[in-house]
Amino acid sequence: MTQTKLLSANQAIAWAAYRSGCRVAAAYPGTPSTEIMEHVAEFKGAIDCEWSVNEKVAMEIGVGASLAGVRALVAMKHVGLNVAMDPLMTFTYIGAIGGMVIVNADDPSLHSSQNEQDNRSLAKFAKCILFEPADSQEAYDMVCAGFELSEKYQVPVIVRTTTRTAHTSTLVNIGSGERGEAPAIPYVKDARRNVAIPAHGRLMRVKVEERSAALRELSETSPFNRADPGIGDLGFVASGVAWQYVKEVFPDAPVFKVGLSNPPPIEKIRAFAAGLKRLVVIEESDSVLAEQIRAAGIPVVEPNTELRMMELNPMRLAALRTELLGDPRPDAPAPETGLPTRPPVLCSGCSHRGPFYILSKLKAAVCGDIGCYTLGAAPPLAAMDTCVCMGAAIGTAVGMRKAGLPNKRIAAVMGDSTFFHSGMTGLLDVAYNRIPVTVMVFDNRITAMTGHQENPGSGHTLLGAESPQARVADIARAFGIPRVHEVEPYDLARLETVFTECLDSGEPAVVVVRGPCVLHEKWAGKHINAVDPGKCTACGACFRLGCPAIVRGEPRDAAGKRFQSKIDPMFCTGCNLCAQVCRFDAIAPVQ
Amino acid sequence: MTTPRDHSVPFNISLVGVGGQGTLLTSDILALAAMHAGFDVKKSEIHGMSQRGGSVISQVRFGTRVFSPIIPDGQSDVLVSFERSEALRWVHLAKPAAKILVNNMERIPVTVSSGLQPPAADMDQRLAARPGLLLLDANPLAEQAGNLRTANVVLVGALSTLVPFDESHWQTAMRERIPPRFLEVNLRAFDLGRAAVG
Repeated sequence: MTQTKLLSANQAIAWAAYRSGCRVAAAYPGTPSTEIMEHVAEFKGAIDCEWSVNEKVAMEIGVGASLAGVRALVAMKHVGLNVAMDPLMTFTYIGAIGGMVIVNADDPSLHSSQNEQDNRSLAKFAKCILFEPADSQEAYDMVCAGFELSEKYQVPVIVRTTTRTAHTSTLVNIGSGERGEAPAIPYVKDARRNVAIPAHGRLMRVKVEERSAALRELSETSPFNRADPGIGDLGFVASGVAWQYVKEVFPDAPVFKVGLSNPPPIEKIRAFAAGLKRLVVIEESDSVLAEQIRAAGIPVVEPNTELRMMELNPMRLAALRTELLGDPRPDAPAPETGLPTRPPVLCSGCSHRGPFYILSKLKAAVCGDIGCYTLGAAPPLAAMDTCVCMGAAIGTAVGMRKAGLPNKRIAAVMGDSTFFHSGMTGLLDVAYNRIPVTVMVFDNRITAMTGHQENPGSGHTLLGAESPQARVADIARAFGIPRVHEVEPYDLARLETVFTECLDSGEPAVVVVRGPCVLHEKWAGKHINAVDPGKCTACGACFRLGCPAIVRGEPRDAAGKRFQSKIDPMFCTGCNLCAQVCRFDAIAPVQ
Repeated sequence: MTTPRDHSVPFNISLVGVGGQGTLLTSDILALAAMHAGFDVKKSEIHGMSQRGGSVISQVRFGTRVFSPIIPDGQSDVLVSFERSEALRWVHLAKPAAKILVNNMERIPVTVSSGLQPPAADMDQRLAARPGLLLLDANPLAEQAGNLRTANVVLVGALSTLVPFDESHWQTAMRERIPPRFLEVNLRAFDLGRAAVG
């Protein structure tokens, strides 16, 4: 009996891994890929799965499992693959034994990322098979096919989702939904095959080219690459979710659907294009397919409509339709104007707020990092100077120090999960080279931004098993950092004393600010606070905390520019920062 | 089972609110109900920063066959908003004659409370100008059901009167999606919402 379920692509990928007899799975959380491993964990008896410390380790675990002859799934967001490129670029020479599927989630429009890189170029660079699912059913089918093809061609297979496919739920036929068994591959020690030293690597290099030729043939015959006939002499090549937009906006046009897009099925596309006057390639984000099709001598129309940056959608393709066919643009009402923005903010009671408030007050140059705490860059706290990539805070701070920044106070700020991911090596550099910067780890013992995943500091694994809690202060001391403090996040005076001492010490320092995530632990103080309107002078000091529980009260001047504050009891957690910044004793606990 | 009119053109619903209000649960229930009613369905959401008080949106489309997971602007048959100002922020998603179902509550963004930006002018008047506006006091109804946190399911109940599914499909969807210990209070919330606009 077959089952149909409503699944996100992330869920469908986990089902496909289960169905395919995948035995090992590893990932580091990152939007929009995080849920893949959370769903794989639902099959924990069948699949050995873990949160790895970073994507490079996850990839290496996949490599080891594949070389040992079992099927492995690794998952990460697009920038995660940057971290994991080193093992991938040589593993692609060595070649898979057990099927190896790498799910890589791109984020067009940067919904939750620091850049919009199109990782399809990395699949081409690594000479891997690349699949681009257009919905959850295809994500399921492509992961299943990916394991088989990976074994047949001894190649890593990358499945490129995007935020839209990863987080869209569609109907998926998962067959019987039962566990499948992968073919048993006995382990054979084979140094010439698996040890990438130059002498072996040169032999592998030749084989990679032979394999690429075989993959080009595969792409020409793959059922995932198909021409859908249509009416007219304007036709499209489309991949991934972009295909859905083409079908929506040009329902009658001939469309060549590219599902296996590296290497692309050039000859099939050539035959498709032969019957057309105009061929347009619709892909999200870079011109990866269009450039290869054009390089093969197939004419491709380059529209004037901007389709290269940011997520595609039916409105943008409607603009293209107007350009290509002259149809009038569909009526689309303009958004309402004059509305205040509603950006994400640090939660009320967040343990990051106090430290950022003090860093802002001390006018330190703050090199930030990737996590919830990046929200400390937003006004009114505005307590961040740079943010680059996971773990970059420390190296960036070192560079700023070496550059002789006039600001003597230079801090690097990152969370616990980011510290374990790739901050530790930067900290060792600080200790080794005795660089006078202060590294602050905002340690809430959880990977909060992506939805509270366990990490080496949390004391639990993905499956909830107990594990040793790595302690940031101990690591710093072991590295040889001379000045290490642990402080709690809600005592502003103490934070200011410790931060000032470290920032002005002229030597390497680490401050671990330890406090749980209020969203995760549902922590609340002993009481909630309220503002006494008789004492509030509308000075605005508490508003500068940027706390969502502190809202505007009554105006205090005729012009209506200055307002008293009020505390929303629904949101106040009793962290008590506001009472500490109020110079008029207007904020006190509700009795 | 409801045999709807021609559904070759998808029925489109946008759901908007503030992170933490339960938009995702609501769209899950809606999409499951559509599946049980026999439709092709797509449910799309962006939830990277959703828990941090930002503006959030999810979209559900159902019909004989659905391609794009994104609803073209101005093509939503129903707009559900969990908060008044978010309804205005996203009202351009709705068809001119769309039903606009709004929880009659306001959450002031920190950009306003901290004095960085002025509040929206004439928000209530601009909303009231929409012919399809349905303002619902979902919070008191949720409290009446037994838990303020079921305000989102009160809205599901109200939404169920605007969408062509049998009530049984909603019930099935809720039983699938809501943990057993919270089911009873949520079913009460659904009934109160359904009665409030029915």
